[in-house]
Amino acid sequence: MIFEYIIFYLFSGILLLSSTMVVVVRNPVFAALFLVLSFFTAAILWVTMQAEFLGIVLVLVYVGAVMVLFLFVIMMLNLELSKLKQFYHRYMPIGLLVAVTMAVELIIVLTPEKLSQLQQSQVSHPAEYNNTAELGRQLYTDYMYPFEIAAVILLVAIIAAIVLTMRRRPGTKHQDPGKQVLVQAKDRVKVVSIDVERRD
Amino acid sequence: MEFLISIWEMLPVTVQILMKIVALVLPLMLGVAYLTLAERKVIGYMQVRVGPNRVGFKGILQPIADALKLLMKEIVIPNPANRYLFIIAPVMSIMPALAAWAVIPFDEGMVIANINAGLLYVLALTSLGVYGVIIAGWASNSKYALLGALRSAAQVVSYEIAMGFALVGVILAAGSLNLTDIVQGQSGSALHWYWLPLLPLFVIYFIAGVAETNRAPFDIAEGESEIVAGFHVDYSGMAFAIFFLAEYANMILISALAALMFLGGWLSPFQGTPLESVFSFVPPFMWLLAKTSFFLFCFLWFRATFPRYRYDQIMRLGWKVFIPITIFWLLVVAFCVVNKMPIWFDGKGA
Amino acid sequence: MIKQYLGSLFLIELLKGLKLTGKYFFAKKFTIMYPEEKTPISNRFRGRHALRRYPNGEERCIACKLCEAVCPALAITIEAEPRDDGTRRTTKYEIDLFKCIFCGFCEESCPVDSIVETNIFEYHYEQRGEQIMDKTKLLQFGDDYEAQLAQDRTLDAQYR
Repeated sequence: MIFEYIIFYLFSGILLLSSTMVVVVRNPVFAALFLVLSFFTAAILWVTMQAEFLGIVLVLVYVGAVMVLFLFVIMMLNLELSKLKQFYHRYMPIGLLVAVTMAVELIIVLTPEKLSQLQQSQVSHPAEYNNTAELGRQLYTDYMYPFEIAAVILLVAIIAAIVLTMRRRPGTKHQDPGKQVLVQAKDRVKVVSIDVERRD
Repeated sequence: MEFLISIWEMLPVTVQILMKIVALVLPLMLGVAYLTLAERKVIGYMQVRVGPNRVGFKGILQPIADALKLLMKEIVIPNPANRYLFIIAPVMSIMPALAAWAVIPFDEGMVIANINAGLLYVLALTSLGVYGVIIAGWASNSKYALLGALRSAAQVVSYEIAMGFALVGVILAAGSLNLTDIVQGQSGSALHWYWLPLLPLFVIYFIAGVAETNRAPFDIAEGESEIVAGFHVDYSGMAFAIFFLAEYANMILISALAALMFLGGWLSPFQGTPLESVFSFVPPFMWLLAKTSFFLFCFLWFRATFPRYRYDQIMRLGWKVFIPITIFWLLVVAFCVVNKMPIWFDGKGA
Repeated sequence: MIKQYLGSLFLIELLKGLKLTGKYFFAKKFTIMYPEEKTPISNRFRGRHALRRYPNGEERCIACKLCEAVCPALAITIEAEPRDDGTRRTTKYEIDLFKCIFCGFCEESCPVDSIVETNIFEYHYEQRGEQIMDKTKLLQFGDDYEAQLAQDRTLDAQYR
């Protein structure tokens, strides 16, 4: 049990530290990398709380895909820090408002009574207990409609994003790999047989 | 023998796990070293050459000579590079490549951690490997390295989707995320293995695996003829060697996974035929090793055969060809599983 | 059209390529194991230089400096003075082999067949400065390989 506490406090410490660093660090690439670290430690904490499916999916989706694209964009942008800091004071009030609202919400939700309730309700499952199957069963029975609706909303969002970014610009010279693949030798090369003329 | 087992059981669990890890990683590293030799030999043979044959008998000591050379070399850290990330990057690339092996079973019960979500764990960790490449590319502070890193990031993220869908097909067929259960679900005969009902997924999984490990013909992240060596231009000595080790460990991992999920893992190919008893002396993990070696040979064979894809061709292949095919075949598999189609999905195999 | 789509879907051309490399995997290898085996060398091969002598032991070089003039890499340095018997001879004849591009112009320009290039290409230097071939070294090489040099030149004579 002591070992579990050590693990918990170790990773919680790393999580808190790296989340702070996300906000504090100047370089956006470092901030993104610290965000990766905090996602990863959060995933580890979930796994220690027997939510291995959620933990692994967090790593798979956020660390493996979302943050890679994030880093991709940040590296390409080449942000100018001085220009960003210019608007620091303008956004300060709104930022503070959001932060205070979130803090108040968290305090309302996480009262001591509720936390102790959570602690009691935690049951330890046998080794062969399958978290994934249980989650799937819940999603596709009790929460069928909310789940499907969420899926449809995501699909709409995907299509909307594609439609928004796809624009046909006239005058660009680009190749269509599909057409290139279909080209065959006989379309390009014409074999002509010419009678050999004899020189007299 | 019993004496040894009693000693083993006396050891604390942590020591047992550590010893298991050593017993896995040492042969793996040796395998990686000799895979480099095999690569040079196989590609040499396909190009009508003989490959390295000077160090030791027929070049058998070549990997050791290479390793010694790389150990002796200086690790140069370029001045404009970011020192910390530059050092961390190779670690970030080898860590997931080794950690993913924790859930790979070599035989029934021969696995470090037999967890339920094994396949997801492997997928999550292989998706982490790209960070080594991205960080290396950015920390080097060089144009070529950054280009290599960006190419690699886009490519890996794209092919992960096709790969994930291919794995979903396997999960549907086996009804489990546990790799041991997936292999058990394929028992019967060589025809019961999933390569037959999931043939399109099998092919796509392997091709996506080649792309995922940044191997030829999808090695645009390295692209030595266009961007020198991509993300690892500025690395030298052991730092470079660690990238190398990670790439080859990933190749072995992809091959082992393909063998486990589509070719019946450690199951004998002669199961259910009269030859089964003839080959019963072969330990099961040897079959897994043989199947893995076959896929590794394919990796090298591809590299010797195909020219490098162009970047837009890679993206087109991933998004416009692989993903539609996998989604279509997932529907087919789901239909077969629901209707309990023999011989693969009637539940009698396991 | 449909046939093409199916062909690319089933990777027909890729499999053909794999078949080809697979076939060569088992083909006989042509590699020559260099230090043990060697390829034949032409009698016109241009390797390390040598200065030849006449059969009576007199050095052929008359210090005409044509080779020095023709050398595109400026690798040859010659200084000359009349000898006691009144003939014109070199006091210094040096070739810097790091500069030399082994074009063979010196050999072509020589009116007395003195400076020649041997068929020796397996040599190395261990010290700085060793690459500068002075007159004694060059004459020594000429003496050592005279038989080979004479033979190569007689074989090539019919084509000139």
